[in-house]
Amino acid sequence: MGDLLVVFPDPPPALLAQTLDLGGYRWKAVGNAAVATQHEPSDGWLGAVVCAETDPDDAFAVCRVLRKRDTPLEPILLLVSGAQLSELELREDLFDDFCLSPFHPRELEARLRHLFWRAGRAPRAELVEYGDLVLNLETYQAALDTRPLDLTYMEYELLKFFALHSGKVFTREQLLSRVWGYEYYGGARTVDVHVRRLRAKLGEEHAALIQTVRSVGYRFGQPRWSPGGADA
Amino acid sequence: MERQLDYVLRTVEERGVRFVRLWFADVLGKLKSFAITPAELEVALEEGMTFDGSAIEGYSRVQEADMLARPDASTFEIVPWRGEDAPVARMFCDICTLSGEPFDGDPRYVLKRNLDRAREKGFTFYAGPEMEFFYFRSSDEPIPLDKGGYFDLTQLDMVSELRKQTIVTLEAMGIPVEYSFHENAPSQHEIDLRYTDALTMADNVMTFRLVVKEVAQDLGVYASFMPKPISGAFGSGMHTHLSLFEGDVNAFHDPGDEFGLSKVGKCFIAGLLRHAREITPITNQWVNSYKRLVVGYEAPVYICWARNNRSALVRVPVPKKGKESSTRVEFRSPDPACNPYLAFSVMLAAGLKGIEEGYELPPEATNNIYEMTPEERVAEGIGALPQSLKEAIDVMESSELVAEALGEHVFDYVIRNKREEWEDYKTYVTPYEIEKYLGVL
Repeated sequence: MGDLLVVFPDPPPALLAQTLDLGGYRWKAVGNAAVATQHEPSDGWLGAVVCAETDPDDAFAVCRVLRKRDTPLEPILLLVSGAQLSELELREDLFDDFCLSPFHPRELEARLRHLFWRAGRAPRAELVEYGDLVLNLETYQAALDTRPLDLTYMEYELLKFFALHSGKVFTREQLLSRVWGYEYYGGARTVDVHVRRLRAKLGEEHAALIQTVRSVGYRFGQPRWSPGGADA
Repeated sequence: MERQLDYVLRTVEERGVRFVRLWFADVLGKLKSFAITPAELEVALEEGMTFDGSAIEGYSRVQEADMLARPDASTFEIVPWRGEDAPVARMFCDICTLSGEPFDGDPRYVLKRNLDRAREKGFTFYAGPEMEFFYFRSSDEPIPLDKGGYFDLTQLDMVSELRKQTIVTLEAMGIPVEYSFHENAPSQHEIDLRYTDALTMADNVMTFRLVVKEVAQDLGVYASFMPKPISGAFGSGMHTHLSLFEGDVNAFHDPGDEFGLSKVGKCFIAGLLRHAREITPITNQWVNSYKRLVVGYEAPVYICWARNNRSALVRVPVPKKGKESSTRVEFRSPDPACNPYLAFSVMLAAGLKGIEEGYELPPEATNNIYEMTPEERVAEGIGALPQSLKEAIDVMESSELVAEALGEHVFDYVIRNKREEWEDYKTYVTPYEIEKYLGVL
């Protein structure tokens, strides 16, 4: 079983993306049924979250292709609006649970957790590890070389996001919308400020884990050797 | 929000935190704190904790004594310097009345209101102060560390230990710094805080002052942010670098301009200059503050701006090539004994006023400003900062800008409190007078 959720549509609603990120899920968005099959990892999807609100036909097609096969994918969580409830009739086999949209992030998280519990599986890794860095998603604790890191909430969320997406480059805007959502006090420079704070707390030896990618944004991971590569 | 509360509660449990300190500032910028136990934490986060506001400088009057301290969960942090077996955490608080309204006397709320005004115009306000301070042997007398062999450690060891401990503690609290020594005054140090949004920075300044003092105390010395502790030596300033951003773009920057300054940047400076006298009682709030604002010690005296003149009130550092986003102005009058929430509020208000009214930026000051006669300065339109707390308060009293920025509650309190301070000082016979007069008169 893989550890990647498949999510429809592409891009998913911002709140959905943020809820999954904050919940510590790794996910990939797909735009239609064909892509959902093509991009399936060799060890399979972890599960699916399908939002049927804007494009119900494609949404149900995605559910169908994931379900009607030798090993049906489970679990599938469907997001529908109140007006769409009647459309669920005779489609009960296409999903395991649904959630009314607009949804409450807590409810969505709880439903996902419950679905995985029923399927007898751990929903996601409880520990995210990168080298000497360990984050425990259940207890919100982070440690480096077994030394606990004293983080504020946003520093923790940013570090978690980085650790879950190591190697990838993110722009400041992407980080703002996916880690902060849209409610933040500090303006767009908030990302830089938090990265500096995180680097300070990681300590000199590990500060380079978060690399500045000039005129783009940031990347997390072991820096390749390059002079000034980890410059602020 | 809920996740954030969850994070706090969970961390307290996991790390075995025994006390959570709730922090806030009184009107004069003194850090106030009370501790709660983890059992009280959930209620504190959801409803706030009641405390007696009449005991706090500049807060409520006796008849409306009870206030609520509502912890800001985003500021939750484990405090790294207490040598106790169980960790202690802190959160900054917003102060509310019992009915849940933000309290006008809360400096943090004053700053938030001013930041909201900037945000309505599309600006985010960033600040980066340079904190100067002295280490003394004790709080009794300003005796620098490097006089005499008082310590077992050599002076150099002591200073390097202070420096190391302070940086480590600040960085552990997420306050990145640059540290530098001073050569011009014995025992004086400077730590520059890397810029952040002004609210976070005001919280950081509060934390910073405490950390510096705690670390010093642990090593048996005393750290002071007094603006001018030693006659004839340099004073301690809090030069503050200011910038406005519109989204991701530095609103002060214009590559086509000879100074690299946009219209917004120029108007902001013009606002700072025009209202400099009115805001001085907030940026320099003590009798002693005005002993620093004198000629001869690189402290600003005259109201002017320049790129390289280090005595100007406003300096515009020339940004490095390719670092346009670091365009900023450095306001050089504040001292580190100010209330950072209020000081950032009035600096922002003065700058915004300049932008709103489209103030014209006066010409850049030339180097010989100190050599000019008073008449020449008048002819050039160069004014001077107030020379005493009394003069400063007299100017501020008729300032609509400051009254609006601080709100009536804080404004009235500051005027009243500072007049009392001046009266108190005025009736005091100083050692200066004894030394100069007693033997000859």
